[in-house]
Amino acid sequence: MAPVIELDGLGVTLGGRKILEELKCSLSGRAIGLLGPNGAGKSTLINTLLGFYPPAAGTARVLGCDIRAEMKQIRALAGYMPESECFIAHLTAVSFVRLMAELSGLPSDAALERAHEALFYVGLGEARYRLLGTYSLGMKQLAKLAQAIAHGPRLLILDEPTNGLDPPARQRMIRLIREMRDTRDLHILLCSHLLRDVEETCEEVLILKDGHQVHYANLEEERKANRRFLELETVGGDGAFAEAVERLDCECAATGRRLKMVLGQDFAIRDLYRLAEEHGVQIRRLNYRRDSLEDIFLKAMENHNGRP
Amino acid sequence: MAVHKRSYHAYAGDLTPRWSRFLVVSRYACQNALSSKNLVAYFALCFVYPLGCALALYANHNPRLLALFNTSSFFDPGAKLFFHFLRIQGTLGFVLTAFVGPGLVSPDLANNALPLYLCRPFSKAEYVMGKIFVLLALLSLITWVPGETLFLIQCSLAGASWLATNFWMISSIFLGSAVEILVFSLLALALSAWIKRRRAAGAALLGVFFFGAGFGQAINAVLRTTNGSLIDLAKLIARVEDQLFRQHTSVGISAADAWVALVAISAFCLLLLQKKVKAYEVVRG
Repeated sequence: MAPVIELDGLGVTLGGRKILEELKCSLSGRAIGLLGPNGAGKSTLINTLLGFYPPAAGTARVLGCDIRAEMKQIRALAGYMPESECFIAHLTAVSFVRLMAELSGLPSDAALERAHEALFYVGLGEARYRLLGTYSLGMKQLAKLAQAIAHGPRLLILDEPTNGLDPPARQRMIRLIREMRDTRDLHILLCSHLLRDVEETCEEVLILKDGHQVHYANLEEERKANRRFLELETVGGDGAFAEAVERLDCECAATGRRLKMVLGQDFAIRDLYRLAEEHGVQIRRLNYRRDSLEDIFLKAMENHNGRP
Repeated sequence: MAVHKRSYHAYAGDLTPRWSRFLVVSRYACQNALSSKNLVAYFALCFVYPLGCALALYANHNPRLLALFNTSSFFDPGAKLFFHFLRIQGTLGFVLTAFVGPGLVSPDLANNALPLYLCRPFSKAEYVMGKIFVLLALLSLITWVPGETLFLIQCSLAGASWLATNFWMISSIFLGSAVEILVFSLLALALSAWIKRRRAAGAALLGVFFFGAGFGQAINAVLRTTNGSLIDLAKLIARVEDQLFRQHTSVGISAADAWVALVAISAFCLLLLQKKVKAYEVVRG
């Protein structure tokens, strides 16, 4: 798949301070997560990709267009939902989204139609004739999403889209992002410090810290490669069960009736049940888990902290 | 009732030409400005004087009316008439600018809306052009458009010989109006960009004129010079118009100095706009 975003030694300096340094990677997923703690440089990277900040070193390409030379093309291809609360208070939602679509080049009639569609799509259909200034925070977030998709971008850039949303509104936003990702009409770049948001929507993730790239991961592959754990609580049998379990593809530590196991690639749970039956052991509790994005993130943060 | 699609899909239709997109901003800004009944009423009031002038010109060439008052003409429809016309319409235009100008950029800044404009294939220059176009259009409608119309009416009534003698006034009316329009518009937009509160921006616009005039007078009086007039916008514009309409001037600075000062003020306003109209502020340190 052709890269969506290519960072080629990108560095950004603002107000005499280096905010981003030597970012180098190629991202081609349908939904790309940009993760990092607050102040890591995520929003700066987005703002640089949109031409709001000039690169101090290196360059980047968005959908094949260079940020130094082809900014207008990039902006024509992208839709942007900013992090901060931004709107035009004296306009109704439908006028606001229509204005934004017209600025992206849609003729007035088409822009009006797309504005209605986008507002219905994000769930503001019934409130589309209300002034934006009267909207709640959650509604403003949805209106921002509507203006970002009204012109049909090929890359949708979402900067902290779930900020300030209550759990149902957050769920709705995540569902919309997933739906758009699955339409295959556009790519999504999601910037967030909330691991769950990224984990639930993205295929690829770039982790930043202090302006440095600390980890790049294809989440699906990373999940496959990560360790799986099993915790067992058993009744009956003797030490032979633990010894037999160790002969399966896993590392095992037994403490009384409890077993903790780190599973290998070829381990199958049904073998465990088979052994339990053979040794007359009852399995009372079985907890299964695998490395989450949180583990990946924490590992990346630890590695970065250990860096000279 | 319209039925709208409720799924995401890309747009595959035609796009408008890039050069025309600044007019979208103008259209919305104009709609917003004219949504105020007070403004519409004031705007309508601005046409009273041009209409009065048109009637006066007609009366001045009506033989029955002239005969009734036993005179050959009521007034001389020469440069002085158009000079005063521009002065009065300019003053009305300034008040109109104080009404409309502050509401152009400041709400966008107060609501952080600039990233939404500028993340599209739409530049800062186009944004400023779109906003300023509203003022240019409204001010044109009450200054040079009625001015030139009056000139045409006078031509049609007075004949070719009057036109031949006063042909130079066509450019004077346009240039004099253009100077007023550009200075007012740029100043209003720059103040609107730097002052987030709309009313404060309007007050600042009035302040620039009145404080400038007062401060300029004080400098002239204390230092016994005439250079204080260089910060008095009303005098600078008046001096330029005196020259354009070949009128005797009471302003103690040369026309060239006035032109240079006005160009410098306009350039400074553009610099202020350039500094402030951006998607995000960079905090230094």
